[in-house]
Formats: sequence, C-alpha cells, structure tokens
Amino acid sequence: MFSLKSITDSIQVWLSANLGATGALIAQCVIVILLAIALFAVLGLVLVLMERKVAARMQVRLGPNRVGPWGSMQTAADTLKLIVKEGLTPDGADKFLFNLAPYIVMIVAMLLLAPIAYANNFQIWDINIGVLYVTAVSSLGVIGILMAGWASNNNYSLLGAMRSGAQIVSYELSAGLAILTIVVLTGSLQISEIVQSQADGWWIFKGHIPAIIAFIIFIIAVTAETNRAPFDLAEAESELTAGFHTEYSGMKFALFFLAEYINIFIVCAIGATLFLGGWMPLHIGNWQAFNHIMDYIPSSVWFFGKVFFLIFLIMWFRWTFPRLRVDQLLNLEWKYLLPISLFNLLLVTMIAILGWHF
Amino acid sequence: MTEDIKQYISEIQPNATFEETGEWLNVNIAANEFHPFASMLRNSRFQFDYLFCLTCVDWKTHLTTVYHLSSSQNRGLNIVIKVKLDRNDPEVETVSDIWRTAEFHEREVYEMFGVTFLNHPDLRTLILEDGFQGYPLRKDFEDPINMIKL
Amino acid sequence: MYTETQILKETSTSLLNGEGELVINVGPQHPATHGVLHLVITLNGETIKKIEPHLGYIHRSIEKMCESLTYRQFIYVTSRMDYLSAHINNHACAMAVEKAMQIEVPQRAQYIRVILDELTRIASHELWWGALAMDVGAFTPFFYAFRERETITDIMEETCGARLTMNYMVPGGVMADIHPNFQQRVKDFIKLFKKNVDEYDDLVTGNVIFQNRLKNVGYLSPEDAISYGCSGPVARGSGVKSDIRKIAPYDIYNQVQFDEVLETAGDSFARYLVRVKEMRQSISIIEQLIDNIPEGEFQAKTKAVLKPPKGEFYTRVETARGELGVYIVSEGGTTPYRIKFRSPGFSNLSALDHISRGSKIGDLMATMGTLDLVIPDIDR
Repeated sequence: MFSLKSITDSIQVWLSANLGATGALIAQCVIVILLAIALFAVLGLVLVLMERKVAARMQVRLGPNRVGPWGSMQTAADTLKLIVKEGLTPDGADKFLFNLAPYIVMIVAMLLLAPIAYANNFQIWDINIGVLYVTAVSSLGVIGILMAGWASNNNYSLLGAMRSGAQIVSYELSAGLAILTIVVLTGSLQISEIVQSQADGWWIFKGHIPAIIAFIIFIIAVTAETNRAPFDLAEAESELTAGFHTEYSGMKFALFFLAEYINIFIVCAIGATLFLGGWMPLHIGNWQAFNHIMDYIPSSVWFFGKVFFLIFLIMWFRWTFPRLRVDQLLNLEWKYLLPISLFNLLLVTMIAILGWHF
Repeated sequence: MTEDIKQYISEIQPNATFEETGEWLNVNIAANEFHPFASMLRNSRFQFDYLFCLTCVDWKTHLTTVYHLSSSQNRGLNIVIKVKLDRNDPEVETVSDIWRTAEFHEREVYEMFGVTFLNHPDLRTLILEDGFQGYPLRKDFEDPINMIKL
Repeated sequence: MYTETQILKETSTSLLNGEGELVINVGPQHPATHGVLHLVITLNGETIKKIEPHLGYIHRSIEKMCESLTYRQFIYVTSRMDYLSAHINNHACAMAVEKAMQIEVPQRAQYIRVILDELTRIASHELWWGALAMDVGAFTPFFYAFRERETITDIMEETCGARLTMNYMVPGGVMADIHPNFQQRVKDFIKLFKKNVDEYDDLVTGNVIFQNRLKNVGYLSPEDAISYGCSGPVARGSGVKSDIRKIAPYDIYNQVQFDEVLETAGDSFARYLVRVKEMRQSISIIEQLIDNIPEGEFQAKTKAVLKPPKGEFYTRVETARGELGVYIVSEGGTTPYRIKFRSPGFSNLSALDHISRGSKIGDLMATMGTLDLVIPDIDR
C-alpha cells in the first residue's frame, strides 16, 4: 500500500539534521500550521461551491456559472468581497465578546483538524484518545455561538443562540453514543487503530445492523450538531432572520460561515473514519486479489471520496427537508434517538463480547 | 325572505327605516339603538353571524357607517345596516364584541374617518403612524404634498 | 399594547419588558412576512403570548386615489392591491362598473375572464406553495413552484402584455382579444401542470417533517372563522363554505363543474390541503372552458364616458385569498364618490393573533404562511 510515511520521515530527518531538535519541532509546527490553514481555506472554497452546485442541481437551476469555468472562482470572489466589507458592531453590543466569538468558533474548528487521518500514515497528531478529543473539543463550539448570540444585543440572536445551545448539548449525546459503538467494537480510542481495525472490512459492513443504526443516528446527530437543515434552528432564516449571526457582517460573518463548513467536513471525516474505514480502501475479508486491486487507489482518494460522499448526503438533506420546530427537535433526540442509541450500544457491546462481528 | 327580515326588524326596532333600491335590503338605524339591534340580529333566527364588510362614507353633512352582514348558513342572505353619525362628533358603539372581525375594521375606520367606537378594546391607529393629523378618507382632507388634484 | 413610537423606543434598548417577556419585532423587513408586515410579538421563551400587527408600510390609500379617477381609470390601480391576483381584482372592479351601468358582457369575454382568473389563481397558489415551504425551511419547492408559475406568466405576458400587474379586464369585457397562441399554450400548460403537481405531493405534502410542522398548528374553529370574517381557503380549511363562485356565481361559473374544496380539521395543514386541491380544481375548470371559447365580440359596446346612476353597488369575487368585495357609492358623476375594497387578507390577518397564541415562533411562520397574506392587499 502506498504510504506517505517515507516522505514525512525524510522531512523529519532532514529538519533534525539541519536545525537541531528544537528547531525541527518549530519548523514542523510552522509547516503543520500552514498546511492546516491551507486546508481550511481550500475546504471553505470547495465546500461552498459544492453546496451551491448541489443546491442548484436539486432546484432545477444552474448555480454559479459566471466567474471562472463552471463558476469555480465564485467563492474566491465572494471571499474577496467579504474581506473588503465593513465589519459592523452594533451599538449596544458587548464589543469584546462580539469580536471574540467568531474566532472561538473558528479555533475550535481548526483544533479538530488535528487527529484526523487524511491518508495512510498522514496525520497531524495521532493522539491515543483521538475520538474522545474530537467529541470534547467539538462541544466547545457552542460557547462561541452562545457568546455571539448574547453579545449581539439582538433578540433574534439571543433566541438563535439559546436554541443552538439546547440543540448541540442534546445531540452530542447521541453522536457520542454512536461513536462509542465503534469504540466498543474496536477497543481503542486512537484514530489510527480504528482505521487499522477496518483492514478486513469497514465497520458498517462488519458490525451487522447495530453498526448501521449507529451510522444513521450519527449522521442525524451531526447534522444537528453542525446546525444544518433540517436542524438549522439556530439560524432559521424564516423565523430568526439569521439567528446568532444576524448582526455579523464582513469577515466576521465569513468566519462563522467558514467554520460551519469546516465543521461539516470534520464530522463527515469522523463518520468516514469510524464507519467507512477512513483512508482504508474497500477490503472484503480474505479476497486477496480484490483487496490488492483496491490498494492501488491512493488512500487519500479513498478518504476524501468517503468524506465528500457524506458531505453530499448532508447537503442533500438540507435541500430536501423542511425544518423541524424546536420542541420537535428536542423530542426527536430525547424520546427517540437517545433511547435507541443506548439500546444499540448495549447490543453492540454484546456483539463485541461474544465476538459475533466479522 | 327579505319580507321576513323586514318584519322581524320592524318588530325589534320600530324606528328602523328601509331602503330597497339596491341589490340588498338596507336598514337605517340610529346610533344609540345600534348595538342592541346588531346583537339581536346576530342571535336571531336569520343568524347574521358573518360581517364581511365594515366601512364608512363621508356625506359632507354627516357620516354613515355601513355594515354588510350575511349569514354563514345562507350566504345568499345579505343585509346592509347604515348608521348615521354626527360629522363633528361621530360616536357609535363598537360591534367587535359581536363580530371579532370588526376590531380591525373599526380601527381602520377610526383613523380614516375619525369615528370613535365606544367600548372598543384597542382603539388606536392601525395603518397610519402615531399622531397623524386629520382623517384621510374624509372629503375635506387636504394634503398639499402627497395629494395631486386632477 | 405597543404604539409605533413605543416600539422604537423600548424594544431597541432592552431585551426584556418589565414582566420578563421578550418583545421582538417581526418585520417590517423580515424573510417570513413576504412584504412589509410588521408584527410585534411578545414571547415567553419560545412561546407566543401576543401578536400585534402594525400595518401601513405599503399603504397607498388606493380608496382615496380611486375617488379622483374615472370609472375606467380606477381599475388599473386595483391590480396593485393583491398583486398576485391582479386579474381577479380587475374582474371585481369591472363587474362592479358593469353592474352599475347594466352592461351585458359578451360570452367570449366571460370565458376569457374565467380562464384568466383560474390561471391567476393557480399562479398565486404556486407562489404561496413555494413560499410556505420556504417558511418552514425547505428551499427547493420554491423553485419547483416557480418553474410552473413561469409558464403562466409567459401566457399572461403574451395575451395581456404584463407578467405581474395585468390590466386586461375593462368594463364590458376584456381589453383586447386573446393571442392566437393562447389556447394552445394553455393546453400545453395543463399537460405540464398535471404531471408536475404530483411532484408537489411527493416533495412536500407527504413529508413527515412538513406534516408535523403544520398539523395541529394554528387551529381556527369554524365559529372563529366566521366571527373573524375569514374567507377563501382559510375559512374553507375550517369547514366553512365561503366560495363566492358557488354562493353567488358570476360570469360563467354556474356553467362549469367544480367542487368547493372543504377540509374540516381547521389547522394549518387543512388550509394547505385546501389550496393544493384548489389548484387541481382550477385546472379542471380551465380544461372545461379552453376548447369552448365561443366566437364573437370580446368587449361590449360601451360609452366613452361611464356615468353610473346614483346608488350603491357591491360586487364580490373569489380571489386566490378569499372574498374580495368592491363597494362603490356613486353620486352619478364620472368618478366614484366612495370606494371600499373589502380585502380578504385584512380579515384573515385579524385572526392571526387568536390562532397563534400559545404556539411557538416556528409555528407562527407556518400559520402566517397558510393564511397566505399579501401585504399590499391588506394595506391597500
């Protein structure tokens, strides 16, 4: 299997030889930061364009098609516009919190890029509690949203923020339990080990029906956690104009917008890692020949292919379903998803103990 | 049917006068007798429970509030009630307690014609801004800026 | 109770009023009000305690304007009232003048009028359908609705010259004969629409989330519907018969077969179903008429200057939103002495506070959507 390990290792060796241990660490940090920011920006551009194109396809229209071939430069042009726009701060706003909020949301989104395995042996930080780290850090994002809603001194923002708080706190439970089912099957919280455990088949196939249930619950829960339609109550534009970011403009708004898309990418990456094998090619049991052919497709293609498939799924939801009402949203979580996932976890534990999975 | 209504009205309100030139039966009634009369009509066997139009006409010498009534059981049955009001001090009892739709219509008439509806639950401007001077739909309303004389 | 000045002062400086209630302004510029409706909503958490509509942002005083326009001229202003049923407004006014002048309208004109009325009704309901879906958070149906509506506006453009505020109906008939392509294009549209209207049901009507959002929301009892003077689909959603086309048929409505759609549930979903079914009824009316437009005059011979006799004339028609009444007081001159437009939206709006109390903000958008408010129609 093709691996990026040789390249990363040679860079490591070269840096340590030339700069010494401390210097190498600093240089590596710089490289990683640059790569993370580049990924951040590229993902923002690609995902916004993808969303608009997917939406257009579903709505019998063309979508952006003027700037660049097939409108490919549209988001770049939009970003430029947002950068030069004036960032307004409303009169009664708490200026410090108001300006801080978008950065918190953004930093949280960036932190989550760390433990994700983008390709074979290509990972920023292979922490041994990777999955726990993701669940823990992603719940910090709500602080930024609450901050934005409160500091705006706008009733709509406040309502949106409160909704968002209630929503994210509730749906984290289901998402966490769905993640736990895979942790139970794998026996490890480390992302690289979870991926390795799927070398003879992805968990969604190996884990029988409970894994599929967990996958569906995971997708629903993360759609809610990222405030996407049909769970976009925090920014329900027909009810609350724009929810918690009503008062934001210019680049501060763009940061919220970008963070939303990065969050989608991250949750889809986690979903792909846990259920669809991450960068692991499609392997079926002991079909050696088939597995070997699959290995020829680079692991990063597998990873991004799976992630973008999940992103497409979430976009599909957005452009098809109406929005839920706030009480229905909480009912769905507390009365349906949570009991189902608890029971499902029990089932998976039994399967794992008895070794019934493939 | 019209004869029945006429007979009924003459019984409950002998002072009411009728006009039958138009399509529907018109009943003229004095302002102070109007509210009990309206509530009797609403609860009569004809069941005039659907007030579909409430408006006012400025006749320069006096104002007339016009109520178009119908029955939800028989929407072909319509009568028109007219209440003559003093132009300088137009006052009439509200009917918003009988037909809820009157609440909004009366607020409109209040600001456009200056008719005060007594006992109205919430009589304030609906369409015009606060403190608007004059009554726009009266015939003598002048607005040199916004009105163009043809 | 908030007056306009109070709202500006109080709700912009503090989040809560004295009683710990949140007061928010929905509108005049708000995505869900479809225009410049201003609602002052008192909230307890997410639950609505009170709604106060503030109107007048688009009030043009059409009634006053009409008093200085002649009987031929004032009809053109009325297309700007309920801009989604411009034809039907014009129809009502033309009928009022015809009634006053006792003009006999030729058969051909009557057929054309009814076909255009029904096309307008479909176009209006299409827009409502898309906008309602958008109010409850689904974006895509809006584009599907506009796909079909576009075909209708094209037909209108060809025959009437305008796409939105048509001025085609005049006292005595219609302004000009129909375009030679008219019948063929309408038939094409019927075919297209019959195929696509099933898509609407697949996409929206059957959707579980959509049904949950609308069912048991904004319940309007039949008694309240009558008391609040509701008409059109709002009243029919509560099971109150209110279709003027059946109660007092005008033009050739008594010669066509159609059902008055009634739903008894009285909630938002019932009002939704009424309108969707009404679209199918309208298509069936058009189908019955389009092949049978009789030859002959499209306009009756009328005098150049219309001077109706002294008296009062009231005509009613069924617009897409309900009962539009035109009350003309004539003093025998060339201009009306007083005109009152009884707009359906005004009465329907008055029920909004009553039916939304105790529900959530999200419900309010769904309720407002199913009341199908067109603000220029309410403000006039």
